[in-house]
Amino acid sequence: MAVTLMKGNEAIGEAAIIAGCRHYFGYPITPQNELPAYMSMRLPKVGGTFLQAESEVAAINMVLGASAAGARVMTSSSSPGVSLKMEGISYLSGAELPAVVVNMMRGGPGLGNIAGAQGDYFQAVKGGGHGDYHCIVLAPNGVQELADLTVKAFDLADQYRIVVIILGDGFIGQMSEPITLPAPSGRVFDKSAWMLSGATGRDPHVIASMRLAPDDALAHLNARLQDKYRVIEKAECMWEKSQADDAEFLLVGFGLSARICRSSVSALRKAGVRAGLFRPITLWPFPSGELARAAAGKKKILVVEMNAGQMVEDVRLSVLSSVPVDFLGTLGGVTPSVDEIVERVRSYAR
Amino acid sequence: MYEGLFFAGFGGQGIILAGKIVCLAAMGEGKHVSHIPSYGAEMRGGTANCSVVVSDDEIASPLVPRPSACIVMNKPSLLKFQSIVQVGGLLLWNESLIDLAPSRTDIETLAVKANEIAEAAGSYKAANMVMLGALLKRKPDIASLEAVIGVLGVAVSVRHRELNDINRKALTGGYERA
Repeated sequence: MAVTLMKGNEAIGEAAIIAGCRHYFGYPITPQNELPAYMSMRLPKVGGTFLQAESEVAAINMVLGASAAGARVMTSSSSPGVSLKMEGISYLSGAELPAVVVNMMRGGPGLGNIAGAQGDYFQAVKGGGHGDYHCIVLAPNGVQELADLTVKAFDLADQYRIVVIILGDGFIGQMSEPITLPAPSGRVFDKSAWMLSGATGRDPHVIASMRLAPDDALAHLNARLQDKYRVIEKAECMWEKSQADDAEFLLVGFGLSARICRSSVSALRKAGVRAGLFRPITLWPFPSGELARAAAGKKKILVVEMNAGQMVEDVRLSVLSSVPVDFLGTLGGVTPSVDEIVERVRSYAR
Repeated sequence: MYEGLFFAGFGGQGIILAGKIVCLAAMGEGKHVSHIPSYGAEMRGGTANCSVVVSDDEIASPLVPRPSACIVMNKPSLLKFQSIVQVGGLLLWNESLIDLAPSRTDIETLAVKANEIAEAAGSYKAANMVMLGALLKRKPDIASLEAVIGVLGVAVSVRHRELNDINRKALTGGYERA
């Protein structure tokens, strides 16, 4: 397939259409507006529905409705808007409805600013909404991966009847890179056993997140959810290592931070310091086992994030006390520099 | 080769487009490219800049904290960004709109009367193309002038394509005067 120069947000849109998504509901917010704009232009041409809702809350509930009816459906927003969607994401999770939610993170808290940031790791990975639920969280590091992981996100959502969050940032969403558009996966998911398609000639299907009777109904639902999460933890971890095997020092980062780390690894290697990179691609499930194996015997781990220290907690839980873990973070939409990362790692080597 | 480029000006000067044109042309010549725009929240005007990387190798970080070449289209951009140009790097500044020469002495600087050259080509709106032409002359490894002219048809949005004759003349004008 031909290589085209595409903006991250637009690549998600085209990949979603390739994946068979025909319904998009959203409400505008920078820095992800190119995605709804793209969907408003493309979806009508492929027989789909684009709707700009009156609010983020309305949009996520439209997603819930479309998903209940069996549609492949997506919404997107940026940090403050995603906070508003959290109630709906918890309801989708309780009702076991598949959906793809894109968060192009910007600086927070509050309305923050419009620069890219990574301050919503906790929100995406640890909950955000109420109750014991998980979303699968994918962290692309560039435009190609945004497109590829979007196709995968729809399959994961349907396979596990779960919400999949694509967690990017404003830089990744707005940057342009040459990409090859992905092919459809070809996977087909039969939703006939649960979707709302009209109950003529069969018993009605019920989609609900409220379970009051019998007394243990909610406990049973939760037990089933937890069983499903254990399966996903075993089967769906994704990660990438580069120059990690012979490294003395291991950098860990996701998304844009990981690309800055990769430049830092090159600079450190040129300076004679054996550094490597471990990049989680799924943030939930977190590739703890792989990280622990990659970290074994290293002198130190440096976690680099565009936040005050969020994924670093999962890194520490993965390696426990086997390797010392340090943290370098930037706040409010500022990006870490190769120079400061190199300087920090060189200070370990001295 | 590896060039980290930085384009800066105000909204409407075609800063983001200039970066996109470089990417498309360099991509066509087999280079790896990346483009990150940055602009204020304003619908019109405000600051606009973009970071572009052109490289023979795969691009790790797409950020350009210390550009090897920088184009500044207005005075606030000169004042804000001349300091980030790497030592020995190139700073192209739009002399038509900037009444103050760069103060850096450890970089190569080039004054370009971009608006005047663009006017002569047919429209002051093509000042970005003049600066781009000058950049291509000084940094020929980024992309050829022919390649850049060749992508105008796809890079420029449909409603502005009637300006492409002017764009071509402006690119050539900037190239010849650099």
